[in-house]
Parts: sequence; structure tokens; C-alpha cells
Amino acid sequence: MTAQKLLSTVGFYALVVVIVVFSVFPFYYAIVTSFATGTELFKVNYLPKSFNWANYSQVLGQPNFIRSIGNSVFIATTTVVFALFLAVTASYALARVRFQGRGLLLMAILAVSMFPQIAVLAGLFELVRFLGIFNTPWAMILSYVIFTLPFTVWVLTTFMRDLPVEIEEAAIVDGATPWIIITRVFLPLLWPALVTTGLLAFIGAWNEFLFALTFTSSETTRTVPVAIALLSGASQQEIPWGPIMAASVIVTVPLIILVLIFQRKIVAGLTAGGVKG
Amino acid sequence: MATNDAGLSLTQQRQRAAFWFIVPMLAALFFVAAWPLLRTIWFSLTDTKLSALYGGSWIGFDNYLSLRILESGRWVWRGTLVDPAWWNAVWNTVRFAFVSVFFETVLGLIVALVLNAEFKGRGLVRAAILIPWAIPTIVSAKMWAWMLNDQFGILNDIALKLGLISQKIAWTASVDTAMYAVLMVDIWKTTPFMALLILAGLQMVPRDIYEAAKLDGINPVKVFFRITLPLIRPALAVAIIFRMLDALRIFDLVYVLTPNSKATKTMSVISRENMIDFDKFAYGAAQSTLLFAIIAIFVSLYIWLGKVDLSGEGQK
Repeated sequence: MTAQKLLSTVGFYALVVVIVVFSVFPFYYAIVTSFATGTELFKVNYLPKSFNWANYSQVLGQPNFIRSIGNSVFIATTTVVFALFLAVTASYALARVRFQGRGLLLMAILAVSMFPQIAVLAGLFELVRFLGIFNTPWAMILSYVIFTLPFTVWVLTTFMRDLPVEIEEAAIVDGATPWIIITRVFLPLLWPALVTTGLLAFIGAWNEFLFALTFTSSETTRTVPVAIALLSGASQQEIPWGPIMAASVIVTVPLIILVLIFQRKIVAGLTAGGVKG
Repeated sequence: MATNDAGLSLTQQRQRAAFWFIVPMLAALFFVAAWPLLRTIWFSLTDTKLSALYGGSWIGFDNYLSLRILESGRWVWRGTLVDPAWWNAVWNTVRFAFVSVFFETVLGLIVALVLNAEFKGRGLVRAAILIPWAIPTIVSAKMWAWMLNDQFGILNDIALKLGLISQKIAWTASVDTAMYAVLMVDIWKTTPFMALLILAGLQMVPRDIYEAAKLDGINPVKVFFRITLPLIRPALAVAIIFRMLDALRIFDLVYVLTPNSKATKTMSVISRENMIDFDKFAYGAAQSTLLFAIIAIFVSLYIWLGKVDLSGEGQK
């Protein structure tokens, strides 16, 4: 019996190790590669042989790469602020006020977040051209509303539903209007939810590729994913793996740190909503 | 009665406020979602070109299917619905979606069960599985493209050393293996998300059920299939549909990992290619409209057949 128990414990921890290695190894290997230069790249190294920062200085020495980081930060931040602003009031109405067609409206919002983005690409392309914002950050800020807004509304609605009804009733008795209830009563309670939702929306906007690829046409307006996807070497045949990995590490490390800091909140945010049904 | 009256007017006041709270959001969604969708459908019924967005004229359903009878009496069908490249993309997408979601569900379930157990270092494992999820798709595609590199890739090296393959494989370039490469990366990247969704479902199963089953000496495997699985079915159903929708519209991973490979080109990739790269804007719009229709039908069927409560209203 104890032998069997020992065996199952060993098996369990072996599984745990497999899961961890499988999850972490590709990123670990990207880091190892980012420190390799020259012929070192063409030998498979499981452990870092040297710490050569040449790839990093090469990537960070490209003004366009720095610009694309700036573009991504600006676009993602603006998108998130805009989405949260619209979502807070809307989700209050959806979560706390009973009215006809509420369920239908929620379903419609969810449906938008499930849209295949390609289905709106042609129409958005026309809109972006019409507004004269092609090849500017505003093209992305406009188009990212399509996935950040439904998502933030959805998650904030589920968070607001869980706030105790007594607080709101007390405020109503004191004669507070809905606007006062949102700004003075709910917002202070909601800020953890806002941080989570904002962070998730930020990651979504930071990672978006299809719109950013289609609505930019010059190197200076690219976002980070487009810049990395189109990073090319001196010749067509030669793919600059070292700098690509360095660039990948640069744009991923901040995300990973954020995710690890907020991991509990993120898990709560990701699983908020339908899963509870 | 007086309080009832006051309550009514309060309700009305709240509903009016709710209306004005919702209108800006709905206006924004109309502007970026509904209107562009309608325009895409409109474009698909014209012969618009990328270079002249307003120069197209109405051609009905010719982008989808049209018939021309030549003088010789031969029938010539044209349009997306008889385009082998389109059906190849449909097949690629469907195959990718089902296989990837199947593996992500099974592996996600395993990871979720592990995380649901109490053991030392659980927080560490959960942090580790969040890493693939946090990495941008484009970055994962590049990382894996490097690991799958035919000459210098580490995966070929490992497989050779383990004797799994006899010679190096050009994973992303070869038609036979390109789909496996895409599946591999997608499963790696998305299993954590699946695991977290399933874990949330698992954590709502009361612990005493397991205690009771243990006391009765019921086989853990039986407990899983008879107790755990039925209880997490709603969470599982929602997780699967979210993943399925994501998989059906996949673009970025395929575009970057296996550019221009016939074996992996999906519906999204071929639509964009026609729209933007090949100056067949209206034709691409028709293909993206079809993708939208396929996804809409799939969602309706799934919700209808599975009686999935997505709105979360049912719990109240």
C-alpha cells in the first residue's frame, strides 16, 4: 500500500514537472538564443554559453523598434482608458437595473466579442480610409474597440452583479442618483476589478495583429507584433534569429511580470462570466 | 400604496439613467462592429477594388457563385463556392479547430485536475502555466519557428537524439508537417487558458463530495467520470465554445509561422490575402462574410443543442 502510494506521488510530481517544463521551456530557449551571436546561433545549446548583449543593443539601436514600442503603449493605453470609461456606466446599467431585453442585450454584446475580426476588416478599412486615419495610431484605437469594449462590459457586469445590494439601497435612500452611485459608491469598490479588466484589455490590444498589419503601411507606425513579424535581416534568406529573440524577450518580459504580479486577479477576471452558469 | 408609487417612479428614473448609460456603448459598438459588418456584406455583392473603394458596382451574388454558359454550350461556374482554394481553406480551418480544441480540452482538463489538488508549489505551477498565455501570439510564433527550424532547431535536435526521427524535418515549410507545427504552437499557447477556465469550474465542486466518495471506497477514475465531469459540464461547455470561436477565426499564428503554406491557409488568411494583397477586395469580402455566416450558424447550433446559458442571467 505504501509502495503504491509512493508510486502515485512520484507519478504526480513527474506530471507537475512535465507541465512546468513544457510551459516554460520555449521562453527559456528564446532567452538563451537572444544571448547568442554569430556561429553560436547555429549550434544547439541547451544552456546559455555566454551573455552577449549584442542582439539587444542591435534591436534597441533601431529607432523604428523603439517607435513601435511607443506606438503600442500609446494605442493600448488609449484603447483601455476609452473602453473602461464607456464600460463602467454601461455595465452598471446592465448589472443593477432591471429592464426589458437586458438578457438579449448582454447576448448581443457577447456576440460582438466573438466576431471573427476578418468579417469587419473590409468595412473597417473603408471607415479608416474615410476618416483619414489610415497609417496612424487612431486606426488601431478605433478598431480595437471591437474587442476591448464588449470584453470590459462583460467582465465588469459580472463583477458589479456581485456587489451587495444593501450598499446601493442605502445610497438610494440617501437620495443618490445613479451617477453618484457609480462614481462615489461603486467605483471605490470596483477598482480591483478595473485594474484586472484594464490589464486584460491592455494585453489584448498589445498583442493584436490583424488590424495592426492591415492599417499600417510604414515602419514608423507599426505596433510591436507587426514590427517583430516583419523584422528582416540584410537579405531575404537570412532571418536574424538573434535580434528577433532579443526583441521578443524585450516585449514579453514586462507582460510576464505584470501577469505574475496580478495572477490571482487575472484568473478571476478571465473566468468571470459564463463559467459560473 | 404611497411607497409603491414612489418605488415605481424610482424604477423609472433608474431605467432612464440606464438608457443613457448604455447608449454611448451601443453607439460605439455600432460604429466599429455593426456598420463595418454591413459594409463588408455590401462589398461582397459588388466588384469593388482596393484601389477604388467607391468605384464598385452591384454584381449580386457573383462573388459567391455565378454561372456563365459559353457559346459552345459549356457551363462555367465561378465564385468562391466553386473555388478549390477556398474549400481547402475551409477544410484547413475546420480541421485545425476541431483537433486543437480537442487536445486543449483534454490537456486543459489534466492540468486543471493537477492544479485542483493540494500540493507544495502549486502557486509556482500556476504561475508557470500563465507564461504561454501571456506571451503575444506573434512572439510565440517566432519562438516556435526558431525551435522548429529545419537546420538549427532544438526540437529536431531533441527528436534526433531520442531517435524519434531519422533525419531533420522542415516542420514549418513542409506541406506534410506544417499543420502539425501550427497545432503544436496553438495547443501550447492555449491549453493554460483552457485549464484556468476548467479549474474555475472544478473549484465550485464541493469538497465533501470527494470525501464521501473516498469513504465509500469508490475508484477515483469512476469518481471523475460519474461526479466531477457532469458537475463541470457547464463550465466545460462554455470554455469549449470560446476556444472553438477563437480557433475558427485564427489568423496571426498561421500567417507568421507558416506563411503561404497551402497546408495551413485558413479562412481568415485567404480572405485577407484576397482583400489586401491580391486586389480582389470584394472577393475577399465575400469569403469573410461566409466565415462570419459559418461561425454564426455554429454558435446558434451549439447554444441551441447544448442549452448553454452564456449570459449568466440564469443563476439569478
